[in-house]
Amino acid sequence: MTEPLLKVNNLKKYFPIRKGILGKEQGNVKAVDDVSFYVYEGETLGIVGESGCGKSTTGRMIMKLLDPTEGSIEFEGKDLTKLSNAEMRKARREIQMVFQDPFASLNPRHTIGKILEEPLIVHGLGNAKERKKKVLELLEIVGLSSYHANRYPHQFSGGQRQRIGIARALMTNPKLIIADEPVSALDVSIQAQVLNLMQDLQKDLKLTYIFIAHDLGVVRHISDRVGVMYLGKMVELAESEKLYANPLHPYAKGLLSAVPVPDPDFKREHVLLSGDIPSPSNPPKGCTFHTRCPFKMEQCTAVVPILIEVEEGHSVACHLYDEGYVNDK
Amino acid sequence: MTQIAPNAAPNAKAPTDQTVGPWKEAWRSFRKNKIAVVGAIIVVFFILLAFIGPLIVSQGINEQQLSQRLQAPSAEHWFGTDDFGRDIFSRVVHGARLSLMVGFLSVIGSVIVGSLLGIIAGYYGRFVDTVISRLFDIILAFPSILLAIAIVSILGPSLKNALIAIGIINIPNFGRLIRSKVLSVKQEEYITAAKAIGMSDKRLLFSHVLPNSMTPVIVQGTLAIASAIIEAAALGFLGLGAQAPQPEWGKMLADARIYLINAPWTMIFPGLAIMLTVLGFNLMGDGLRDALDPKMKN
Repeated sequence: MTEPLLKVNNLKKYFPIRKGILGKEQGNVKAVDDVSFYVYEGETLGIVGESGCGKSTTGRMIMKLLDPTEGSIEFEGKDLTKLSNAEMRKARREIQMVFQDPFASLNPRHTIGKILEEPLIVHGLGNAKERKKKVLELLEIVGLSSYHANRYPHQFSGGQRQRIGIARALMTNPKLIIADEPVSALDVSIQAQVLNLMQDLQKDLKLTYIFIAHDLGVVRHISDRVGVMYLGKMVELAESEKLYANPLHPYAKGLLSAVPVPDPDFKREHVLLSGDIPSPSNPPKGCTFHTRCPFKMEQCTAVVPILIEVEEGHSVACHLYDEGYVNDK
Repeated sequence: MTQIAPNAAPNAKAPTDQTVGPWKEAWRSFRKNKIAVVGAIIVVFFILLAFIGPLIVSQGINEQQLSQRLQAPSAEHWFGTDDFGRDIFSRVVHGARLSLMVGFLSVIGSVIVGSLLGIIAGYYGRFVDTVISRLFDIILAFPSILLAIAIVSILGPSLKNALIAIGIINIPNFGRLIRSKVLSVKQEEYITAAKAIGMSDKRLLFSHVLPNSMTPVIVQGTLAIASAIIEAAALGFLGLGAQAPQPEWGKMLADARIYLINAPWTMIFPGLAIMLTVLGFNLMGDGLRDALDPKMKN
């Protein structure tokens, strides 16, 4: 297999909790705790999980909007965590982001033309005329018209704004696009349009996506591979079909059985998860999921399971599946 | 490429008049507010007076006609004459230039310095913020007119120094205003988006953070011009601002106070001029607040 476009190794982000007037550190919130994954060129990696599981933090660290506490992010062989600020600004040409809230991610005082032109100005690409041409070209590509360039963000609907957000991300011809819940703020009918647009763009422009979402249906629709996160850890990572057909991790099972199926006669075994997600400032010892797991074993409370490949293209971090692996050691 | 445009309206005509920018929209809502428009008219009137007034008044400001001391208003002297026989109408008209100059220049100065400090404090936070904010606290700890008096005493009494003093005492007001606005604006997703593009801090601050933080400053600035005019008049009244024979309104009030009973016009007209200008700026400022602050909109 070819080299992955992006390699994320043992990525961690701990937010310190400060107390008192002197800001003494009183422990930390483990937002992302030892996450590793690869993304290959041209594929879409979906990352799912409930609120607060660290999926957005992971995306923001790849963009270097947050500095990782530990770990490395290799993009085309370069470690982004070791780049200087100026070098990172240049590298951002290749990695762009689409944001969740299309009503907040566009500067209300700039026209669409100005918003779209800005990435080109920042990276010193083209002269005024070429930039203008590129803006109009991209407006057409994302399904808007050239006359929209003179309007302001508040004159557009949510779906149109998200198209503008996508157009902005595409201005510098990036290789990797991190989409942080790009459709969760949109109506379902508009969601489909935006998702289809993203898929068409991927085909035409050979883009690579990291698609962060909490909507499992949306992720299934767009992703080649899907990673499931729980409390800052990647608990299962598999090809999309394999995961949806046969989830292995008890958390993934619970999560997938909660997806509504549009068939009233369909009966299935529900895996109900009890309890709440524990606080990431004081996560449970051993497997972080053991407090809610219906298959809890003795070792789960003591030993942290690691992500191992149980079959080709299907990895899981759970003691139910690592017998052989542990014995081999 | 064309098939990936499912939502494009193919036959839509390019409309021309639909590009309503945020400033234009604010102007539209300002125009509907009648009281604010009255305020704006007063302000524009005094600005015009300041520019062309001195050219059209017939009498000089310092022409002493001792035979005509303390004359009541008449066809020849519309506002009467003062204790040196100078025409009060031409002095009030000339005074508009001085008062408005103090108002505008001191506020522009404190807006520039205050915004710069405030934006740095708000955006970078931590240590820088602590230093700048404490500096503001120190300035604000003194009653403003007392501080202005202290500064003028150090620099020496003159209109220029009064202007500088008023500028300095207003810096923390604008600094704090901008700082708090920047704190909220920097959390906005379009700022994160701008960072994600790979923008330099300078561009980010001046092209995204600052324009989105300016609206409260415009409102506060208009109101501050009004209070700067009053402060300049107060300093003039105390003999710390404009010096004789400059026709500054506050100074005119101070000179006239001994003739309050015998020749009240010497006091009424400069006083009215101060009151009207301040009223105009205040009404306009309130209107601007309603037009620019989205929270006040229904």
